[in-house]
Amino acid sequence: MAEITLQDIIQPENLVYEKSKLLTEKPFHYCPGCGHGTVHRIIAEVLEELGVDDRTIGVSPVGCAVMAYDYFDVDFVEAAHGRAPACATGIKRVWPDKVVFSYQGDGDLAAIGTCETIHTCNRGENITMIFVNNGIYGMTGGQMAPTTLVGMKTATTPYGRMPQWPDGTPNNGFPLQITQLLAQLPGTRYVTRQAVFSAAAVRNCKKAIKKAFQNQIENKNGVNFVEIVSNCNSNWKMSAVDANKWLQDNMLPVYPLGDLKDNFELIKK
Amino acid sequence: MGELKLMKGNEALAEAAIRCGADAYFGYPITPQSEVIEYLSEQNPYERTGMVVLQAESELAAINMVYAAGAAGKRVMTSSSSPGVCLKQEGLAYIAGAEVPCVFADVVRGGPGLGTIQPSQADYFQNTKGGGNGDYRNIVLAPASVQEMADFVPLGFELAFKYRMAVCILSDGAIGQMMEKVVLPEQKARLTEEEIKAKYPWALTGRKRGTQHRVITSLDLDSARMEEHNRHLQRKYDEVTKNEVRYEMIDCDDAEYVFVAYGSSARIAQKSVQLGRAEGLKVGLLRPITLWPYPTQAIRNLIDKGVKGFLSVELSCGQMIEDVLLACNGRAKAEHFGRVGGIIHTPEEVLEAMKKQIIGE
Repeated sequence: MAEITLQDIIQPENLVYEKSKLLTEKPFHYCPGCGHGTVHRIIAEVLEELGVDDRTIGVSPVGCAVMAYDYFDVDFVEAAHGRAPACATGIKRVWPDKVVFSYQGDGDLAAIGTCETIHTCNRGENITMIFVNNGIYGMTGGQMAPTTLVGMKTATTPYGRMPQWPDGTPNNGFPLQITQLLAQLPGTRYVTRQAVFSAAAVRNCKKAIKKAFQNQIENKNGVNFVEIVSNCNSNWKMSAVDANKWLQDNMLPVYPLGDLKDNFELIKK
Repeated sequence: MGELKLMKGNEALAEAAIRCGADAYFGYPITPQSEVIEYLSEQNPYERTGMVVLQAESELAAINMVYAAGAAGKRVMTSSSSPGVCLKQEGLAYIAGAEVPCVFADVVRGGPGLGTIQPSQADYFQNTKGGGNGDYRNIVLAPASVQEMADFVPLGFELAFKYRMAVCILSDGAIGQMMEKVVLPEQKARLTEEEIKAKYPWALTGRKRGTQHRVITSLDLDSARMEEHNRHLQRKYDEVTKNEVRYEMIDCDDAEYVFVAYGSSARIAQKSVQLGRAEGLKVGLLRPITLWPYPTQAIRNLIDKGVKGFLSVELSCGQMIEDVLLACNGRAKAEHFGRVGGIIHTPEEVLEAMKKQIIGE
């Protein structure tokens, strides 16, 4: 029997997976095990499938995804910290036929940029907002985020996030349920919470992101908002495997997965 | 021939934006410039030309809308007044770093902080020396009439796109609020998508298949590239300094003493020149129209021609005087005079200050 060579294996009929053409050749700077790479891949695949790469403009945040523009083969502007929704608004208002999306983390979207986030959603801008929530500031080295869980240790809550001192005076505050809050606003069309910790979660997340872009393409108004509950194994100080398990055991009870709003209607649970 | 109208400075600025084919205005109300967004909203330019007008949730949001829409190749502007312009400095630093064209107006009120709503020129430092982080400049145009409020909008866009940078129209509460005759230009068409793509290949319009995608950013973590980017910006600013200095001279030909004043102070100092000349004093007025780049050489030329002293007249405690002193470099006397807190100096007290502080006994 003849020896099987590499050339025999690399054949079109054997292809089960390939990188999206809309991801560049630049290697990700993200930590191994981080969810950003998967979310990037899903967005690139969706834009490729929808065939809108020649009219898409992305807005990258300040935070770990600040250089997202290096990885997507579409036009991009890099926003100031928290201002991505304002940037996306500016572009969409002057180019209503372009496909515009913002990509932000929890500190960017739900702390310094809360004002821009709420008002962009409240105006019902016809854009897609991607929100990656890992409950911590990644780029600056693991400080408390607005979405940090109660009791979670970070560089600025080394003894665990404590919303109030034992005598009841305010301290670190509570995990901010920004996605529930946005779902209440009349300007949001589609609000969903997804994850990428398993193959099944990735498949659901891709469906949601595709819908969030399709909605934008087919309509004139309404924010399409996708939260992705993700991990930060480096700053959570865990292995990637442990981080994904910790996410399911601790993050998901506080940030449960599923659609919160569809076609401007809140989903009753 | 344009159309003659009686208008407030703020309204003239807004009407000029529509007529010069601006694509969008993003703003936030603040006294004494709220007429800009009120006039634009009332005129409904979306019907007239397709120009977008949006009242943002804050000055911060407005300038970041301007940043991104400018990065997408559109002619966009904003306006505010002093404390609001502080908030815009974040966006202006990004605009400078990422080389995005835009126009913004500062209709200055008194400070610091909430200060007062009355006219002031105490935002000279904020706008000419840069209020945001990093080594950058904005072109600063100083209108002294309602006509110039209108004229400097198309000029501002021309310069903004020529150099890919922000242009500030540095006005004040007096110029913004007062009514004067103004000749308005004919309506110009907004650029089409094809025109934008042809004129501004850097603009984010969606990358054409088979071409490199475009990125507008102020970030580069590579030190060597970042140093070169800063050098590039400085070369651009040198070019602006070489080409774009604008000023006006009144009665300077035989002058021995010269008022240096811009905006509403220049209008007052112009009267002081008349009063001084009537008394036989050889006084003149240098009115900088660009505050950055500053007409440094014009001051040096006046010294060469025999001017002995300059009085910098400003509605501030003395800001532009620093640029006058730099230009003089010790070769002529220069001092500041100005009222603040919303009080506007009279032509008589300005002339008196010239006699006392510069001419002497």
